[in-house]
Order: sequence, then C-alpha cells, then structure tokens
Amino acid sequence: MIDIKKIRADFPILQRKVNGYPLVYFDNAATSQTPRQVIDCIVDYYSNYNANIHRGVHTLSQEATDKYEQARQKIQSHFNAKRSHEIIFTSGTTHGINMVANGFSTLLKLGDELIVSALEHHSNIVPWQMLCERTGAKLKVIPMDEEGMLLMDAYEKLLSEKTKLVFCNHISNALGVVNPIEEIIEKAHKVGAAVLIDGAQACPHIKPDVQQLDVDFYVASAHKMCGPTGMGMLYGKEEWLKKLPPYQGGGEMIAEVTFEKTTYAELPHKFEAGTPNICGGIAFGAAIDYMNSVGFENILAYENELLAYGTDKLSQILGLKIYGNSSKKAAVISFNIEGIHPYDIGTIVDKLGIAVRTGHHCAQPIMDFFKIPGTVRASFAFYNTKEEIDALVDAVKKAKMMLS
Amino acid sequence: MTIQEIQNEIVDEFSMFDDWMQRYEYMIELGKSLPLIEDQYKTEDNIIKGCQSKVWVHAELVNDKLVFTADSDAIITKGIIAILVRAFSNQRPKDIMEANTDFIDEIGLKEHLSPTRANGLVSMIKQLKLYAVAYQTQLN
Repeated sequence: MIDIKKIRADFPILQRKVNGYPLVYFDNAATSQTPRQVIDCIVDYYSNYNANIHRGVHTLSQEATDKYEQARQKIQSHFNAKRSHEIIFTSGTTHGINMVANGFSTLLKLGDELIVSALEHHSNIVPWQMLCERTGAKLKVIPMDEEGMLLMDAYEKLLSEKTKLVFCNHISNALGVVNPIEEIIEKAHKVGAAVLIDGAQACPHIKPDVQQLDVDFYVASAHKMCGPTGMGMLYGKEEWLKKLPPYQGGGEMIAEVTFEKTTYAELPHKFEAGTPNICGGIAFGAAIDYMNSVGFENILAYENELLAYGTDKLSQILGLKIYGNSSKKAAVISFNIEGIHPYDIGTIVDKLGIAVRTGHHCAQPIMDFFKIPGTVRASFAFYNTKEEIDALVDAVKKAKMMLS
Repeated sequence: MTIQEIQNEIVDEFSMFDDWMQRYEYMIELGKSLPLIEDQYKTEDNIIKGCQSKVWVHAELVNDKLVFTADSDAIITKGIIAILVRAFSNQRPKDIMEANTDFIDEIGLKEHLSPTRANGLVSMIKQLKLYAVAYQTQLN
C-alpha cells in the first residue's frame, strides 16, 4: 500500500504553485521529481566529503570512493547483476547506448544486420544508424500494429545468422507500451545475436532482473528514477564488456601508460574515463534506496490504478483519442483531441498549473506511423493522485472549449 | 498607420483583459483574421524553425511595401503570428528592420508563453525582419 500523504511530503517541489495553481506534475516520463532523501544525499556529499575518487590516499577521497562504489553495489543488487563490475556508470541512457554502439563498430562487418523496434526513442535509433554508416551493417525494423504492439511474427522473419544485435526499449516512451522483451531476447539468442534493452522508461515502474532476462546490455537513467540528471548506468554481461573496446580515453580507465603503448584498466574502470559524476552516482544509489523503500510492487499497483482512472476519465472527453491501448502498459497516456494541435492543449493546461509533454517525444517514426504531428502525453508517478488527474481532465476540457 | 501606431493599438486592445484566459481567447480570435498564405508557398523553405507547431510565412513586395501572409497548424501559434503580421505587414522594409518589438512584452505575450514557444516567437520576429533585410537590399 502507498501512503500517499507521507510520500508527497517527501517531494518538496510538489508544494509549489505554477501560474497561481498548485503544480500537477505529469511529465514524469521525461524526468521524475526528487525526494528530500536524495536532495539531502547531494547536500551531504558537497558539505562533508566532496573529493576525487579512486587514487587519493586522504580520508575524504577514501570516503567518497567508498560511497561511490557502494552505490555501484546498490545498483548491482537492484538489477540483480552477477558482478558489480558489470555495472558501468554513465551520464544516462543515451550515453550507455552510444558506448555499446561505439564498441560494436570494431565487431561488425559489411553485410551484418541490426534489428530495432519501430517504437524507439531517437536515442535508440541514431547511434545505431551511425554504427551502420561506419561498418556497412544494415538496420532492420520490427513493425508495430495500430495499438503500438510489436509484430513478433515479423520479428522472427527478420532474424537470421546475419543478425548481430537487437535493440528495443523495455517500455515505449511515447506510448507507454510494455514490449515482450523476454521473447525478443530469447529469439535473438537463438541466432547468436546480442540484445540491448533500453530501460529508461521501465525502471521508474518495475525492477528488472538482468540475469533472469538473460539480457546482454541494459541501460537506464537515474533522473527518471527519482535520482539526479546526468547520471545513468549500463549493465553489460562481463564477457561482452571484456570484448568491447573502451569508449573514451583518459584518466581512470588505464592500467599503465607509456608513449609506446597503454594498457587499459579492468572493468568497470575501462569504461569510466575521467573524473566521474561522483555525487550523481552516490545520489543514484540513494534514489534506488528510496524507491525500494516505497516498494516496486506498491508503485506498480498504485500507478496501474492511476492509469485505469485516468484512461477512463480522459476517454469520456468527446473527440479524445488515446494512442497505445495495449493491455500491458505503463502509467502513460498519450492522446490528442480531434482537430486540435497537441501544443495548443499543452499551452493551455500549463496555464492551469499542469505539466504535460507535447510534441513527438523524440519518437518521430511513431508519430509518422499514426500520421500526427505529436501527442499530449501525461505520465504518472507514484506520488501523483486521482485528484490531480481530475484537475487534468478539467483543464483539458477547458482547453478544448477555448480551442475548438 | 505606422508600425508604432499599430503596436500601440494592439497594446490598448490587450490592456482591456484582466486575465490570461481572455487574452488567449482574444489571441485565438485574432488568429482567425490572419491573411492566409497560399498553399503553393506552404513549403519546407517557408517553415520557421524553433516552433513546436508548424508556422509558414511568405513575404511579397507590393508597391515598395512588404506584405506578409502566414499560417500555422496550431491555433495559439496562429494567433501570435497574426499579431506580428498585423504589426509588420504593409510596411516599408526599412521600417520593419528598424522597428522595436517591446509591445510583445507589454501585451504579456513573452511572459505568458512557455520557453519553447517564446523561442518560437523570437524566431518568428527574426524571420520577418530577415525578409525585410532581404527586400531592402533588393530596393537599394
């Protein structure tokens, strides 16, 4: 059970007003809000033990290193990775994807094939297109149906011994649809292809088990899980991370440097060149602690309630169409009102203190599929309430009245 | 009327409203009076970048004066471009180039629009002025 009053008290930002109205924050799929526990952790870091990590002999450096590495272990345990060095700190999901894409440029050759789903965020399309340009590999797309469900028969037909990599998001950012990643991973492995899952939109709602999924790479962002921006993680199976070359050169990632030859550090440091976002990593750990203290089962059950309530209430507005009506869906409602531009709706509801996202959500191919310029997207978190959904419904009705 | 006189007129009109809703409703109304761009000019080249919605603007020189036509797929954006077109259309390029745009602040538009839209607004003004510069060069 969720004690909503107690939880809302953890988020200072939820107390503020926007344009004279109490803030209703429904842009959680873009970034989540930060609880006091994480804010306190950031303040504590800079107030008490800010230092560069890993090589310092002094106390502060040691304390910072310990906390940073403890955060890595928290992430390892959260995602159930076998080894802590399979967790690489990144600046976010995009960074993790680019790291893997860059690594594969030495492993691919002309004629190899990569498979992507039609539901991807641009960040899980463009790095692979760039990889294809560099290597001569070909990009194939798993199509989807009108409800935003991937066509698994078509996927199977795309797979062959030429397939080297498959990448797909766990949950679609634009529509909220949960993809059948277990099946995607299993089938890819049958032809010997590696799989990268973009978990940016899944991790705020569920707790993925990378060993159970048997996934090769899994990426996520801290700022969608109540953590700070500019922070994320890449999970990679040890054998893959050993195979991939380092992404960036610099300090931290070396074992020995001479002008003739440099040897690289062991995992995970091989992929962590330069001074990392130390505070961000530690705060990421605090965010994971916080979400686990609420409990992912509670989070999911509560958010499903919000989703059902919101879907029901919004559907009652005449002319409102919801995109992505899969039965397996995260708490995201992407919609349009007939004859009204999503941007107009977003502008009016903002005037009423409600934050939603409008536009193509960095997923233009999906918008092209539905032949729309974009959608209005309301994405819920466990600190939202049904009363806030009522406020959204009223605001959308008001916008509709003004705009039609 | 000069650009300044038109701008004063617009500021007067908007000062009649006490809240944002009336202002937006009026802006939407103004959008309906926008001289629409002909379909043949609704090209990629004529789209103003920096707006989340699409905005097309076309400029034509008629008797040494620049005439703007425009359109947008979003109603509020259409209202904004209508206000700008009303202020700058049918004026000499030189006057458009030199005109100040303080009236945008005075009618509460900049302050009341979201940052990305405000960027769109800035891009729109920039585009109208760029047309003026281009045609002024032609006249010289």
